[in-house]
Amino acid sequence: MATYKLMRSSLGLLNGLKCPFKCVGQTQYGVFTQSKVLQNARCYSSSHMSVQERIEQKRQAALTGGGQLRIAAQHKRGKLTARERVELLLDADSFVEYDMFVEHRCSDFGMEADQNKYPGDSVVTGQGRINGRLVYVFSQDFTVFGGSLSGAHAQKICKIMDQAMLVGAPVIGLNDSGGARIQEGVESLAGYADIFLRNVMASGVVPQISLIMGPCAGGAVYSPALTDFTFMVKDTSYLFITGPDVVKSVTNEDVTQEELGGAKTHTAVSGVAHRAFENDIDALLNLRDFFNFLPLSNKDSAPVVECHDPRDRLVPGLDTVVPFESTKAYDMLDIVHGIVDEREFFEIMPNYAKNIVVGFARMNGRTVGIVGNQPKVASGCLDINSSVKGARFVRFCDAFNIPIITFVDVPGFLPGTAQEYGGIIRHGAKLLYAFAEATVPKITVITRKAYGGAYDVMSSKHLRGDVNYAWPTAEVAVMGAKGAVQIIFRGKQNQAEAEAEYVEKFANPFPAAVRGFVDDIIQPSTTRRRICRDLEVLASKKQTNPCFRAFHNSICG
Amino acid sequence: MAAYRSAAGFQRVLHAVKHVCFKQRCGVIICRYSTVIEPNDKTFDKILIANRGEIACRVIKTCRKMGIKTVAVHSDVDSSAVHVKMADEAVCVGPAPTSKSYLNMDAIMNAIKLTGAQAVHPGYGFLSENKEFAKRLAAEGVTFIGPDTHAIQAMGDKIESKLIAKAAKVNTIPGFDGVVKDAEEAVKIAGEIGYPVMIKASAGGGGKGMRIAWNDEETREGFRFSSQEAASSFGDDRLLIEKFIDNPRHIEIQVLADKHGNALWLNERECSIQRRNQKVVEEAPSTFLDPDTRRKMGEQAVSLAKAVKYSSAGTVEFLVDSKKNFYFLEMNTRLQVEHPITECITGLDLVEQMIRIAKGNKLQHKQSDIPINGWAIESRVYAEDPYKSFGLPSIGRLSQYQEPLDLDNVRVDSGIQEGSDISIYYDPMISKLVTYGKTREEALKKMEEALDNYVVRGVTHNIPLLREIIVHPRFVSGDISTKFLPEVYPDGFKGHMLTAGERQELLATAAALYTAAQLRSQRFLGDLRVSCVPAESSDWELCVELEKSVHMLGVSRSGNKYTVEIDGEKVQVSGEWNLASALLSVTINGKHRTLQCLSRTAAGEIILQYLGTSFKLRVLSKLAASLSKHMPEKVPEDTSSILRSPMPGSVVAVSVKPGDTVAEGQEICVIEAMKMQNSMTAAKTAKVKSVHCKAGDTVGEGDLLVELE
Repeated sequence: MATYKLMRSSLGLLNGLKCPFKCVGQTQYGVFTQSKVLQNARCYSSSHMSVQERIEQKRQAALTGGGQLRIAAQHKRGKLTARERVELLLDADSFVEYDMFVEHRCSDFGMEADQNKYPGDSVVTGQGRINGRLVYVFSQDFTVFGGSLSGAHAQKICKIMDQAMLVGAPVIGLNDSGGARIQEGVESLAGYADIFLRNVMASGVVPQISLIMGPCAGGAVYSPALTDFTFMVKDTSYLFITGPDVVKSVTNEDVTQEELGGAKTHTAVSGVAHRAFENDIDALLNLRDFFNFLPLSNKDSAPVVECHDPRDRLVPGLDTVVPFESTKAYDMLDIVHGIVDEREFFEIMPNYAKNIVVGFARMNGRTVGIVGNQPKVASGCLDINSSVKGARFVRFCDAFNIPIITFVDVPGFLPGTAQEYGGIIRHGAKLLYAFAEATVPKITVITRKAYGGAYDVMSSKHLRGDVNYAWPTAEVAVMGAKGAVQIIFRGKQNQAEAEAEYVEKFANPFPAAVRGFVDDIIQPSTTRRRICRDLEVLASKKQTNPCFRAFHNSICG
Repeated sequence: MAAYRSAAGFQRVLHAVKHVCFKQRCGVIICRYSTVIEPNDKTFDKILIANRGEIACRVIKTCRKMGIKTVAVHSDVDSSAVHVKMADEAVCVGPAPTSKSYLNMDAIMNAIKLTGAQAVHPGYGFLSENKEFAKRLAAEGVTFIGPDTHAIQAMGDKIESKLIAKAAKVNTIPGFDGVVKDAEEAVKIAGEIGYPVMIKASAGGGGKGMRIAWNDEETREGFRFSSQEAASSFGDDRLLIEKFIDNPRHIEIQVLADKHGNALWLNERECSIQRRNQKVVEEAPSTFLDPDTRRKMGEQAVSLAKAVKYSSAGTVEFLVDSKKNFYFLEMNTRLQVEHPITECITGLDLVEQMIRIAKGNKLQHKQSDIPINGWAIESRVYAEDPYKSFGLPSIGRLSQYQEPLDLDNVRVDSGIQEGSDISIYYDPMISKLVTYGKTREEALKKMEEALDNYVVRGVTHNIPLLREIIVHPRFVSGDISTKFLPEVYPDGFKGHMLTAGERQELLATAAALYTAAQLRSQRFLGDLRVSCVPAESSDWELCVELEKSVHMLGVSRSGNKYTVEIDGEKVQVSGEWNLASALLSVTINGKHRTLQCLSRTAAGEIILQYLGTSFKLRVLSKLAASLSKHMPEKVPEDTSSILRSPMPGSVVAVSVKPGDTVAEGQEICVIEAMKMQNSMTAAKTAKVKSVHCKAGDTVGEGDLLVELE
């Protein structure tokens, strides 16, 4: 409800105050008048035409969207049209369009006029294939009323979402919309809510991906936020609740569109977007690539592609990746790249909460989710942002049958007032919850530190880790030697000696191994081979939680 | 081991008669020398190797064959290095900086005591020509595997060595020998000798600290740099100025002398291909020497060795002018980096000989026993960027590393492996790649193949440059001098320039690779929900961009064979299309080629290493290509007003402050990396806006140093 209020108020602001969408709308109208001749030419009396001709004419009109001038304007902005995007995203000739003849139903402000009706309205919807696999797509058409969301527009999107859930296939949204169709008032708002509801209902049922390819603001932002993954195009896409003008008038902050809601902001600062790409083509081609990692629905298993990388490949480089001094950082990505198929790792949120690494890869052809602490950034500690980042990813993997491989090098949770006041307890619990709840195959490798509560959190044996390994460099303990010695040997003279004793006892994998909390201590170079073998064994794993929810969503807290 | 010994015994019989190509797999390394064990020789039980990297590994290999136990020393960051793993024992001698570890005599002396090593092999560099070290060893009764202190001292001093050489009737370079006190004295001396002159540190070996001056201004600058470098590298700022011989060849004679007054010359090595006076490609023998010159040079080298009562392996370096006049340059009293090529053509194991000699054994060979069999070429593979001054150091982790050892007649001397770090602390050499053939042509062909099959990822390396040198017509014809690189690439090395035919090969391979990858991404195993409606198409229209030109290609496939149509011409490419392999082995129009796919992105960007150079291609479907004209051009930042560090290193000096006006080419700051000082200059005349570094800072590659207005 709070969300809705926020949305409503922001939409109110949109209507009442100067804001970018309105500006967009205005320029739009400017273009309108210029192209009136064209429009008129299209709208001669229809009664004399056969139905066949009318169908053909409507189809043609639908294919040209807002007309050539606006298409040219769209191109000039460095953006592709809605249809060009769909064509690039899907396999050649695979797109099956729905609702090409749907038109908006608004009759106020002169909208009922023929020249203000566009077959298909401001969105292109349908289904198609990506590398032969089914996907439902909607692509907002900025050339028609700035891509604004009308009741009809929302209805079209809802239709494909409903069908996607019915047959079990992912939904990809290509967002490029100025916001609500102001002329339609509450109908437009209702349309947003209808989509939100479906986003929530589909969550955890079929993968949902949003690619923001233009403006997306006000209430519209909540649809991408409810989907599993939000990607952006650099320099040409924006996501915000209210634009810079409103920000200026309300908080007196001077901020540009790019700073407020550009790709850089959302991939590095806010964590709203999961990744950003250079331009439309780059984004769409990457999306195709990304799609290959995902199962079609929660009833399908993780996809397996033909793999050329030997599953029993040794990785000699891993034997030296963990530095000699335990205080020295290394790059967890070196380990991930070395182990996964063909060094291919699709990292999710590479620029946000960099102290944890998450993303998709393949092991012997099968998609796996990788979670790893990143010692290179903030020693790989867990904090609010990294916990939330990790939790959401783990939940997604669990919802969609993707095995989770966790690489642990964590010195603990980040201390401090900023973290405590920010609710690290509450947010840290999300990651703990996600790992504990997950019933997909879980394989854990402790590469170095696994200290304190963070050890428990990181897919430990105690949270039903299926296979837990330690490298010889592993140190599993409540805390590092220095802190521990100050407590255990408080007041004792020879701290150095005590520290050495502690290190000898705890700074190694044995305490965990003798208790069976790690299943084996393995040579790092054999890690790939071991994991591939384990995944084969675990492929038939079946596990349910006592509070049985057949499927859960992929978003939490 | 026992089996090996008998094989070696058999070898010895043949050895005197003719050189025997004896291949020994030791671990994964193929050597091309025979370690001939003399049963009656006295030998050591345990040797400590006071070095790291490939040379430490090289020495350990021979020790193992001779049944001698080995002790490695290492700095803390090297504790899992290859030489440490190979040795029987290892002792940590200090932290990463060489002055605190590999040059730390106290720690090394302790390591000797601790392990009871009877002798020390110093390798090259570090303590190899340090008379102090040799003295301390002698005092402890430990054998130094090298010449005695007297010879090190005499030959280590550039001035003294010349005097001795003159006395031994060795040709010496005309010029002035003297210690230089300040810049003005340097100018005066240079004037007396006549330009061009060469200025270098008296204590420095090789090219380090050596600068060439063509006028007074350059003399002053050279003096300043060389003395600084001399002080930081050798702790001794004495300098030497002498006549610089234009267009010279660098040819050196390997000598071997025992403690009983016997000495041999083991033919020459041609080391003319150099950048900044450091060797890049070496070969043995030289294309330039006739038997008569070779004999004269060899005899002079031996007479010098005898004059200083030299024992062990040593190298007498000569400059040879176009008329085959040769002048003594210096004598290196150690095992040279490029010793493997001599081993290849003579069949001798130089390390073994050094050990034997150090123990007091007599030479096994007579001069007439020393053959020249075949031809050997050595390429020094460095972690450095060849596009910047023919090679500025780079650092990083070898994420993937594969030596071309499955090829015949290839020897790789390296001390690193996949996962090793190339750090700022040590020499950036990755390995020495040696190929061998009956003829020079054969050896060169093999080198091409070996470089193409050499996988080095994670650090920038100089394979592009090496691959270009060995196929350059001037190099192939033997028309080389130490000026080869600046003459052939006056504007700097730019990578391989594709011919029309090569361009087609590259385009066709990229198109075929792209298509193979696209096809694979449609192959899901056991997934029943994949549409099988559109039958796998067999024809594609692709658009490939290479070096800013765009080509429309038609691709058709049958099995593993792709036919690519480029501008009406058909190119056939077939291969296994293993998308996980680092090497891409293909047959293009019947010709076999090995390429490497360095990266392949979802957006169609493919980086291929072809003929040594990496080329960036972009492969798009016809549709995507037609739409890409709408994509906004992203402007890269203007770099002329920004000075960034071209390499990781430390800032030695900053010569400007904000508000100063600098002229184009004026020095802004000096960065030291891998013991080389590099002067950073202004790219344009401008005012200094801001300075982001100060003397003593450590900077990474690409770090902002100074901004101009």
